[in-house]
Amino acid sequence: MDALIDLLKHNPLMPRADLARLLGLTVDEVNARVAELERDGVILGYQTVINRDKWNPDTVTAVIEVKITPERDGGFDRIASRIAKFEEVQSCYLMSGGYDLLVLVEADTLRQVASFVAEKLSTIEAVVSTATRFRLKTYKENGAFHHFDTAPERLSVSP
Amino acid sequence: MSIPIADHVRDIPKSGIRDFFEIVQSMTDVISLGIGEPDFVTPWHIREAAIYSLEKGRTGYTSNLGLPRLRRAIADTVQKATGVRYDPNSEILVSVGVSEAIDIALRAILNPGDEVLYHEPCYVSYNPSVALAFGVARAISTSAEDEFALRADALEAAIGPRTKAVMLNFPTNPTGGVMDRAQIEAIAEVCIRHNLTVLTDEIYSELTYDGREHFSIVSVPGMKERTIYLHGLSKAYAMTGFRVGYACGPNAVIEAMMKIHQYSILCTSIMSQDAATEALERGEPAMLRMRREYELRRNYIVSSLNEMGLETFMPRGAFYVFPKITSTGLTSHEFSMNLLREKRVAVVPGTAFGKSGEGHVRCSYATGLDQIKVAMERIAEFVEETRQGRTRSAA
Repeated sequence: MDALIDLLKHNPLMPRADLARLLGLTVDEVNARVAELERDGVILGYQTVINRDKWNPDTVTAVIEVKITPERDGGFDRIASRIAKFEEVQSCYLMSGGYDLLVLVEADTLRQVASFVAEKLSTIEAVVSTATRFRLKTYKENGAFHHFDTAPERLSVSP
Repeated sequence: MSIPIADHVRDIPKSGIRDFFEIVQSMTDVISLGIGEPDFVTPWHIREAAIYSLEKGRTGYTSNLGLPRLRRAIADTVQKATGVRYDPNSEILVSVGVSEAIDIALRAILNPGDEVLYHEPCYVSYNPSVALAFGVARAISTSAEDEFALRADALEAAIGPRTKAVMLNFPTNPTGGVMDRAQIEAIAEVCIRHNLTVLTDEIYSELTYDGREHFSIVSVPGMKERTIYLHGLSKAYAMTGFRVGYACGPNAVIEAMMKIHQYSILCTSIMSQDAATEALERGEPAMLRMRREYELRRNYIVSSLNEMGLETFMPRGAFYVFPKITSTGLTSHEFSMNLLREKRVAVVPGTAFGKSGEGHVRCSYATGLDQIKVAMERIAEFVEETRQGRTRSAA
């Protein structure tokens, strides 16, 4: 299972026949295992990593550090899920340290991010403070580099 | 007048791989399965350690035996792998790759005319290294039927009055063969009974698959005192260009090897030693990730080759498969040359690794899966066309 997940993480488009050959399984077995992982919620989805310099380079990405007052019953979970449901929010994590939630936001314009923070996020009662930081440049995204090194040279035949 | 060349050097044949390499170099669009080194770049944290070493100005000589910290890391690594503890101060020498360690080990123990046995097909340097040390190398053939393991009875039958040492290399380049514990114990028993020294080249030992653990001959009780354990970081840690190997053995042998090493090499480059220290102390997770990738590719390549009718046993180690190509009616050399010319895929003829490699070719899977996939398609076409050609010419 570990190897299957690694392969899918790296390339969900890999043909099932190739997965089968690599794992020493039949195609039916691979299909069954993938279905099981999807059903159990181990695999939440499949996404494409986009080079932000080449596609909609003006899209705005921000990370927002949010301090909140936890609730007596729900702790952080209820507030966090309320924030996470906004469609501008790409990811939302509970963090240790100086603030509580780290919220990754993506929007078409700076104004949209500003209005999200000012009108939506800050107005939630439990939110104590926010600190918004904008992305300037991307070097690595989901494990993939934006600017690859040239392939190192190897001898074409060696002992 | 030309400068005369020493007889024992002149008599060494040119490596078969070298000729092949020249031809491949002159062609374009070749997919090479002929490469005996990892396709991975050295993990970044190890490269970064080498950069840090340079930044700190660590650019001088080290102790002839190698940096003490690296030797301690080696002692710990070897103990974990084999259960045998070597003293970092007196029983370990850091060499320039395993190749140097093999060379100086042979020079340290052989008198002119002493015989050294080795199993074949094998790495290209064993026979010439013995000859350069004025020894006599004798090959023992291994076969696909035995999954290229060395049989104890074959070893015993090859022992003569001048036999001094046996060289082992499991997992094996070029076959991917391994030996299990019982087989190794049988070999050890013969070596003890005939008072032979063992040189064990363990360069592929981490790259053992199917959840198996490599079993080293040095782990057999009574073998430590007669074994020279040779290993390095090139394959498992993808560090071929760093040139770091090491030898572990009884103090007297390491001292003798050190004499040769100090006058010819002096020491392994210090930044390479710093990188090797980082690899041994913190490199295991990255190494295990590479191993898993090799194992998956192995599955892919073996099932593809068998499907196209080239009988291939599932190798348990290293990163080579050694398919049998006799069903095509071609020799190893013909198969490799024709495949290269017609389909632009480079594999290495089995005969480059000794006579008993005839009927086989070596395909390395230290190559990206995309390349392997195309190579397998091209080989399948080649095999099909070769068979059809034979049928036509027979009719």
